[in-house]
Amino acid sequence: MKGNEALAEAAMRAGCKCFFGYPITPQTELAAYMAKRMNKNGGVFLQAESEIAAINMVLGAASTGVRAMTSSSSPGISLKSEGISYIAGSDLPCVIINVERGGPGLGGIQPSQADYWQATKGLAHGDFHLLVYAPASVQEMVDMVIKAFDKADTYRMPAMILADGLLGQMMEPVTFPEIEQKTHDKSSWAANGHKGQREHHIINSLYLTPEELERTVVERFAKYDTIKQTETDAELYMTEDADILVCAFGATARVVKSAVNEAREMGIKAGMFRPKTVWPFPVNELQEASKNASQILSVEMSMGQMIDDIKLALNCSKPVEFFGRTGGVIPTPAEVLAKIKAMGGNK
Amino acid sequence: MNYNILLAGFGGQGVLFAGKLLAYCALISEKEISWLPSYGPEMRGGTCNCSVCISDEPIGSPLVTEPNVFVALNQPSFDKFIGKVKEGGKAFVDSTLVETKCDRTDIECFYVPATQLEADNDLPKGANIILLGKVLQETGMFTDEVIRKALEKIVPPAKAFLIDNNLRAIGIGRAQ
Repeated sequence: MKGNEALAEAAMRAGCKCFFGYPITPQTELAAYMAKRMNKNGGVFLQAESEIAAINMVLGAASTGVRAMTSSSSPGISLKSEGISYIAGSDLPCVIINVERGGPGLGGIQPSQADYWQATKGLAHGDFHLLVYAPASVQEMVDMVIKAFDKADTYRMPAMILADGLLGQMMEPVTFPEIEQKTHDKSSWAANGHKGQREHHIINSLYLTPEELERTVVERFAKYDTIKQTETDAELYMTEDADILVCAFGATARVVKSAVNEAREMGIKAGMFRPKTVWPFPVNELQEASKNASQILSVEMSMGQMIDDIKLALNCSKPVEFFGRTGGVIPTPAEVLAKIKAMGGNK
Repeated sequence: MNYNILLAGFGGQGVLFAGKLLAYCALISEKEISWLPSYGPEMRGGTCNCSVCISDEPIGSPLVTEPNVFVALNQPSFDKFIGKVKEGGKAFVDSTLVETKCDRTDIECFYVPATQLEADNDLPKGANIILLGKVLQETGMFTDEVIRKALEKIVPPAKAFLIDNNLRAIGIGRAQ
């Protein structure tokens, strides 16, 4: 199954009842799959007039308590950013999918990871975060969409799947797990009609009294602190005795894993650290993975963005080098291996 | 089993379909598998390629940059990728459309006039599968039984007659 289609199928199985989107390469198959099946599934598929309209439709649907989703690719996510800030400020759960392509500007249509900063740090105005999952296979796209819906509801906040064009376009075998239907009680806040039986529920992100706004933001950050402690996830591959620890997320991690295997065959003690959640960043997991490493290498499809989080997580206690390709160019295992060899050449 | 396959040609020649057929064969055979298309603004007549990895082990990078099986359905693809084929690898060339011969001695190169055979045998758009027949013959990758099962999965019921046509094309390719 194609990555984009797997995302769509998983979302429907996770109980997504509203999808709003606008076509953009390389994620369009997701919307096309939804268009064919969502209505039969008793849900709503709607191709909006723009990305901005789509995200605001998500805001509306999420306000009523239904599971809602939108998807796009890099330039489209920028257009959605205002709406995402409103959703975060209104404490609404939803899932946003970014199948990244090269940028900036209209950029290109080939795979990229240059939206890492955008997703994890500055997606839009205001103090807020999204939960951000970074899948590395089609199977993980399925598993993470299901998890994203659950966690978004648990914490009443938007969650993002940060994928890229390579994952969206590739086909791999997938199995759809039995989904444990957890019920999230939304009766205390959902604006779903009350027929005069209860108080109004007001969904809002406007607070004109600074102290009141400060209180809502501080409360939200207390929630983020809990998330940082409980929701991090990472894959540690051959890290136990690794001298050179290579860090990568998403599709790039697959290239890195091939390179690490080749390095091991040559006797170089390389290992891989792959964050599955990029916000919250798995700080403790990275510290564990790098405990025996003398050098760190970050490999990304960008000019180097995650490398900042690596340095912060390690308090710059170890040298961190970078290798990346950008603009839609996918690094090859041979290039990564050459960099690993250059770092470990005298060992 | 560890194949890194690159199929390349013009859009419309069935490059992606041939790759998909191999992917489904691998799925049926319970192998690890990935299929990655080029998804640039390719349209009929543009260049198009597709990476298929089939392995007993989990697939690392799904992007094939050094294929051990290379299928070239046109001259630009042959020129672009023939030098990238891994040492000891096999290249399969539609010799109706590719005039050049390979000058490498470290790979095996098979020439099949697939587009000519497609016309001779009344198998329109069958050159991709004829060439795939030769691939299957020389690598022993999958049996015809597996191919049939895969075709039954990917050919829509309304076009079921194409299953036999495809199997015939495989047979012609195998016999070359």
